[in-house]
Amino acid sequence: MADLIRVGMADYKVGSAPSTIISYGLGSCIGISLYDPQTKVGGLLHIMLPDSTQARPTDNPAKFADTGLPLMLRDVLAQGAVKTRLVAKIAGGAQMFAFQNATDIMRVGSRNAEAAKKILKELGIKLIAEDTGGTYGRTVSIDLNDGVYKVKTIDKGEKTI
Amino acid sequence: MTDELNLSANQLDALREIGNVGAGNSATALSQVINRRIDMNVPKVALVPLEVVPDLVGGPDAVVVGIFLRVYGKAPSNILFLLPQKSAFYLVDTLMGKPHGETNSLDFMDESALMEIGNILSGAYLNAFFTFTKITMLPSIPALAMDMAGALLNVVLAQLGQMGDQALVIETEFLSEDDGINGQFFLVPDPGSLETIIKAVGVE
Repeated sequence: MADLIRVGMADYKVGSAPSTIISYGLGSCIGISLYDPQTKVGGLLHIMLPDSTQARPTDNPAKFADTGLPLMLRDVLAQGAVKTRLVAKIAGGAQMFAFQNATDIMRVGSRNAEAAKKILKELGIKLIAEDTGGTYGRTVSIDLNDGVYKVKTIDKGEKTI
Repeated sequence: MTDELNLSANQLDALREIGNVGAGNSATALSQVINRRIDMNVPKVALVPLEVVPDLVGGPDAVVVGIFLRVYGKAPSNILFLLPQKSAFYLVDTLMGKPHGETNSLDFMDESALMEIGNILSGAYLNAFFTFTKITMLPSIPALAMDMAGALLNVVLAQLGQMGDQALVIETEFLSEDDGINGQFFLVPDPGSLETIIKAVGVE
């Protein structure tokens, strides 16, 4: 019964216990989870970019922190989560290649992390854990039984936040 | 800007031909360096949704070595050469004259050798590109990382993501005669570069 729900890049999925939602191979992208511990409803959003207002109009709001988060929030509330109980965790936002003159786009990871935090704050959702930055990829998952957010890496092992 | 969705069959063919000659040059260069025959497939040219790109390289969590070069000039682009981890180790053994199977992690020298391969491949590729388009393109110093394919692709995809939801990917696979080395070479033009390239090719 405990199914694994996979989230691709620039997408989000919501669900409830006993499911786990997972997203593979995040570099500069960020995996943002929302979770209501009482109803065990939650979601995972895999954003690529911080800010939709700095990009061309798109059919895919889940690509951006500022447009993706409100959408996922709407859907977890529709599944029975209560906003005041929601907690968020984020991971990702790495810079995968080290360049001497890193352009803005090379630093998109840290900008993604900043944007995720800013939007969560604006929406009034408490951020309770994060694992961002670094120079390595991450596979992230949230277990909707208990809200445990797992971060897997190639060289730095696995941890929960 | 040319609407990426509206490339004609002829234009896609022209891009494929550029990819073909570019990759042919690269394959020859690589085979000279390692002294082995290198085969390549006919390049794939495709517009693919960004989120599908990681699936082209064995899935987002496949461990690969990526050599990334930014390409400067009139048609700024990105080059990404991806090798499955095993292939990269085999290539290092070959380059360093070690018995196959000896390398199982990358030290500074190994990385440097692989980056040089990235340089050689890119230089050969861009030369062919110039022959077709008369657009001079200069590659940056390569950067290298070994990690999940999806994570490495983020670098390219985030850039494209600001402009649209699709990537034009010119992709070639290399394979050495003893099957020890395979890799994928991607040329991904920035969205604004596509129009420049298409115009230079002069195909309707």
